[in-house]
Amino acid sequence: MTDVSLGIPQMPAPDYPADVRARLESDAREVIARYPGSRSALLPLLHLVQSEDGHVTRTGIRFCAEMLGLTTAEVTAVSTFYTMYRRKPSGDYQVGVCTNTLCAVMGGDAIFDELKQHLGVGNDETTEDGKVTLEHIECNAACDFAPVVMVNWEFFDNQTPESARQLVDDLIAGREVRPTRGAPLCTYKETARILAGFPDTREGAVEASGGAGPASLAGLRLHRGEAPARVVGQRAESPTDTGDASVEDGE
Amino acid sequence: MTVEPAEKLLAPVLSAFWDDPRSWTLETYRRHDGYQALSKAFAMAPDDVIAYVKDSGLRGRGGAGFPTGMKWQFIPQGDGKPHYLVVNADESEPGTCKDIPLLFANPHSLIEGMIIACYAIRSHHAFIYLRGETVPVLRRLHEAVREAYAAGYLGTNIQGSGFDLELTVHAGAGAYICGEETALLDSLEGRRGQPRLRPPFPAVEGLYACPTVVNNVESIASVPAILQRGKDWFKSMGSEKSPGFTLYSLSGHVARPGQYEGPLGITLRQLLDMGGGMRPGHRLKFWTPGGSSTPMFTDEHLDVPLDYEGVGAAGSMLGTKALQCFDETTCVVRAVTRWTEFYAHESCGKCTPCREGTYWLVQLLRDIEAGKGHISDLDKLNDIADNINGKSFCALGDGAAAPIFSSLKYFREEYEEHIERKGCPFDPARSTAWADKYRTEAHA
Repeated sequence: MTDVSLGIPQMPAPDYPADVRARLESDAREVIARYPGSRSALLPLLHLVQSEDGHVTRTGIRFCAEMLGLTTAEVTAVSTFYTMYRRKPSGDYQVGVCTNTLCAVMGGDAIFDELKQHLGVGNDETTEDGKVTLEHIECNAACDFAPVVMVNWEFFDNQTPESARQLVDDLIAGREVRPTRGAPLCTYKETARILAGFPDTREGAVEASGGAGPASLAGLRLHRGEAPARVVGQRAESPTDTGDASVEDGE
Repeated sequence: MTVEPAEKLLAPVLSAFWDDPRSWTLETYRRHDGYQALSKAFAMAPDDVIAYVKDSGLRGRGGAGFPTGMKWQFIPQGDGKPHYLVVNADESEPGTCKDIPLLFANPHSLIEGMIIACYAIRSHHAFIYLRGETVPVLRRLHEAVREAYAAGYLGTNIQGSGFDLELTVHAGAGAYICGEETALLDSLEGRRGQPRLRPPFPAVEGLYACPTVVNNVESIASVPAILQRGKDWFKSMGSEKSPGFTLYSLSGHVARPGQYEGPLGITLRQLLDMGGGMRPGHRLKFWTPGGSSTPMFTDEHLDVPLDYEGVGAAGSMLGTKALQCFDETTCVVRAVTRWTEFYAHESCGKCTPCREGTYWLVQLLRDIEAGKGHISDLDKLNDIADNINGKSFCALGDGAAAPIFSSLKYFREEYEEHIERKGCPFDPARSTAWADKYRTEAHA
């Protein structure tokens, strides 16, 4: 982003190419139909334009405004309020390290420092190859799995500096990466489409990584008189150990 | 005194079959009596369902503890307006981690509860506002809703009852403030998530200015079990004013962090007993009973009953039962500074005391943590926190003040030590999850 602001109002944003516009309009109409009031569709539509562009562009803002009968200023005001809407081009994989108090204390700060050094980027910066955007994130409701790293909003539980470094190396090398809880990673744009309200249609995506994570079962296992679960699972162990959980269904 | 092992206190209900390999599916849910409470509800008059839930004593599990049935009763009936149910699944309070695993492992308990609640309050469109940063849960909610429609639990004339309900899953976009119910409603209307002035309360003018119930995930997901097993069973757990079961989330420097479901009123000592205590060789220093917005406790409070009254009487709040436990390696100034940075970042900016106050708290705390503070800063912290607390539209500012007040109350000497020594006396490496592993290896 090297724009120099001269204080002159920008020209209206360009529209999407006709074919893209037609496709997005069709999706947008489906989203709008879910709500009694059309403006409620704004957050999903901003996710939708991120699924097209990877961040919220001026073209995306114009599109949302036109679909909902809002001004671009109204849409911009909303998109800048929420942290999940990116304001600049970013990587295929958004690696978020929780540095809220509990994860930070348990090692999140060390993991974040390690990744900054290893990748040579700072907070909210992207590697030169455009693969990884690193950022620190707030509490992601997985404190019993601390320290937690999220990649494209899938859970990587019980991380260490070493496991996190391996994780980003795998992402950059294009190796398949599976979270401890969640589905095999898709790109940021594909994730944004799920957030817009379009279900993940990939085979096995819903069942991937099985039922609950080990920490979630701590109390239940004790109640059953079973041995405590092994605590650490830094990554799903192999491509075959997820997605086929149904075959173990013994009850 | 009971001699039974502490784990006998546990009573998994919502978590009872989370270890089933396909726990999230309709098939599994049905195998565990799923959707049977719905038939019971449909056989009752809607007002009777409200009265039943009210009689059960179920209180909101999102933090405030407001009686759920009473919230439903506040919805004006026969007013000719649409009514809405909005489930608050924006779980973002630091330390809180119960609704996300619940929805990941057992989403149908929420959906069944929502159908019952909507039937009771006469709503025909319900929403789940899920925080966007949890895509694995979103995926399972999409699938659970699809299954529920396909099985005739959602849509028109549900199970031949004549009752219609549409359910929309809505993903948020990253804003802690949207867990506040009126900010959530503004966000769901496609606006910046900023709290509204009350009155009017959501029960009168909520979503689209229509009567709206906003309930926490765990509250609504508890309703089917109450109807299925009866209010007397529910009231047999917990205390008279805090009846029932709930999810306690143990995290931090404990041997076995995780979800522990049991009756309200369990103590942290009992939970630690069953969870294997603190990590070996360490002792509890401070903890939160219900997330970072609830005043912290110390090892003096191990026997406080973790219910609404017990925690309140001890000077804090039950909140979300997010028991974040920190051991003696943890710097309380660092912990509070980080929480305060969070509140400053998440303050929506609407109210001046919260917006400006959290900013100045961060500046003072960063200085103290870095050894650049003055003793007079401690009174200044208290003073600023006092000027935020209770002086804004919503409770975010109160939450920001809670760690300040409580840490100064219990650990003022530690702040003073930072100032006098001109630096932090703690080594953060000793607090990490892997610290003792490496130390042991190094000494081996």
